Amino acid sequence: MINALYAALIVGILSAVLAALITIVDSIVNNYGEVTVDINNGSKKLKVNGGTPLLFTLSETGIFIPSACGGKGSCGACKVKILSDVGPILPTEAPLLSDEEMKNNIRLSCQVKVKQDISIEIPEELFSVKQFSTKVESIKDVTHDIKEVKLKLLNPKEVEFKAGQYAQLVIPPYDKIKDSTQRAYSISAQPSIKDSMEFLIRLVPGGIATTYVHNHLKENANIEVVGPFGDFFVRETNADMVCVAGGSGMAPIKSIIYDLYEKGEKNRNIWYFFGARSLKDLFYLDELKDLEKKMPNFKFIPALSEPLPEDDWKGETGLITDVLDKYFKEFISKENDKEGYLCGSPGMINACINVMKSNGLKEEKVYYDKFA
Amino acid sequence: MAPDISPFVLFFASIFTSNILLSNFLGMCSFISVSKDYKSSNGLGMAVTFVVTITTALNWIVYNYILIPFELEYLRYIVFIIVIAATVQVLEMLIERVSTNLYMALGIFLPLITVNCAILGVALFMQLRNYSFIQSVIYGLGSGLGWWLAIMALSAIRQKVDKAPVPTGLKGPGITLITIGFMAMAFIGFAGMLSVQ
Repeated sequence: MINALYAALIVGILSAVLAALITIVDSIVNNYGEVTVDINNGSKKLKVNGGTPLLFTLSETGIFIPSACGGKGSCGACKVKILSDVGPILPTEAPLLSDEEMKNNIRLSCQVKVKQDISIEIPEELFSVKQFSTKVESIKDVTHDIKEVKLKLLNPKEVEFKAGQYAQLVIPPYDKIKDSTQRAYSISAQPSIKDSMEFLIRLVPGGIATTYVHNHLKENANIEVVGPFGDFFVRETNADMVCVAGGSGMAPIKSIIYDLYEKGEKNRNIWYFFGARSLKDLFYLDELKDLEKKMPNFKFIPALSEPLPEDDWKGETGLITDVLDKYFKEFISKENDKEGYLCGSPGMINACINVMKSNGLKEEKVYYDKFA
Repeated sequence: MAPDISPFVLFFASIFTSNILLSNFLGMCSFISVSKDYKSSNGLGMAVTFVVTITTALNWIVYNYILIPFELEYLRYIVFIIVIAATVQVLEMLIERVSTNLYMALGIFLPLITVNCAILGVALFMQLRNYSFIQSVIYGLGSGLGWWLAIMALSAIRQKVDKAPVPTGLKGPGITLITIGFMAMAFIGFAGMLSVQ
């Protein structure tokens, strides 16, 4: 009995001493003093304490680089161009960087530690990225597996974003998930709604964030959001727009179309193809049909690939790519310039890009938001 | 009571005649997987040598001044592993600060060494054979160098074997294990010259 007590005590003390040693060494060795981070050639200069990875150094000063994995080096989203010499590429970065990126000094900001003065280049938009504390205003089921989540912004109270951009929900640890994670979702409301953010979140079986939103998140709960990010937004041209979405890919397209409606866009023809399996996967049907009446240049074409007999479906039937191809051949103007806007699964997007290319759209005029 | 072996004999015996890899077959997992690449083998060998020498010394102190006085010898496995893990952590931080070049050369292998059984094996042999402190350090250094030698030899052989016509079923790990068997036999040839047990 006494012996077992001793044993526990000795092992405990030994571990504590070693842990203390590690902490002490860490605080001495990893103390690099004050260093300067020079962003975009002097447009911003930050004085920070060295020793932490660039991603966290920046987020402490309120600059948020997109990161889906929260700095674990697994998503590869936090790429940043580093102009000063920060040593060779680390083995943890190499698998996520292409040869081209390596040549251009693109690095993973979550792996590169700030040890001395450093100068970096980031897109100007990232300066407007903020971390919002929010409260869940409403959660609605729009289909059997997609929820519309509306978050009221508490601090800061307002957000500026371009229709089509996304934000990252910060999912706290829950159940067996021990670490906080971040996942990106497109904002589905139009930018004129500044005091809240709306998302469409489809339940992915086994998905950490979607399970949390579907089963754990309740109204009036608090949740953190970082954003806005992304380069999926409407290009200001006079070209006709061909939008294609499936499932929760509805979100950015809905935001884009309502935004164009509010801005009074009348010249560009807007086609919106929405693919679903059967009627139970369709949503916002009435709203968009309503909008069609108010906006003569907007056409909404929902298509079901496998309508059930009880659906009594009278609209388009077939794979969204086939419907798209048919419309290109029969209805969509051949003379006008066209741009493609796609949001959905990688498989759907790749198939749609092929259809668009075969119908004369240039690949660089097709913009998309792939969710993996 | 520490055995009566000359340091010189102990050093060479731990490299050749009782090579930790080829006569005790410890540290096999990284031995087989890393030996594909000559450069990585060198990095890992260097890291193992480095860590095994330091942790053997530390473990000797912990064992003789903490575990024996409190009669807790049966806890040696867990204590040795804790010491090894902590040492690797501290070493990693120190090396990163002091020498970026060495840090890059060791790379991902340094943290991986925590779970290399050769390191724990050396600590346990050191205790089993009642080595004195000096003997333990020599034995640790020798075993590390022996490990380094063995992995370099194997990766060199594998580069040759890669170009040889190996039956399909034996490609990869199969032929590697056979190669290791031959190497072990060759090393056993040294056994009559010096012996430490």
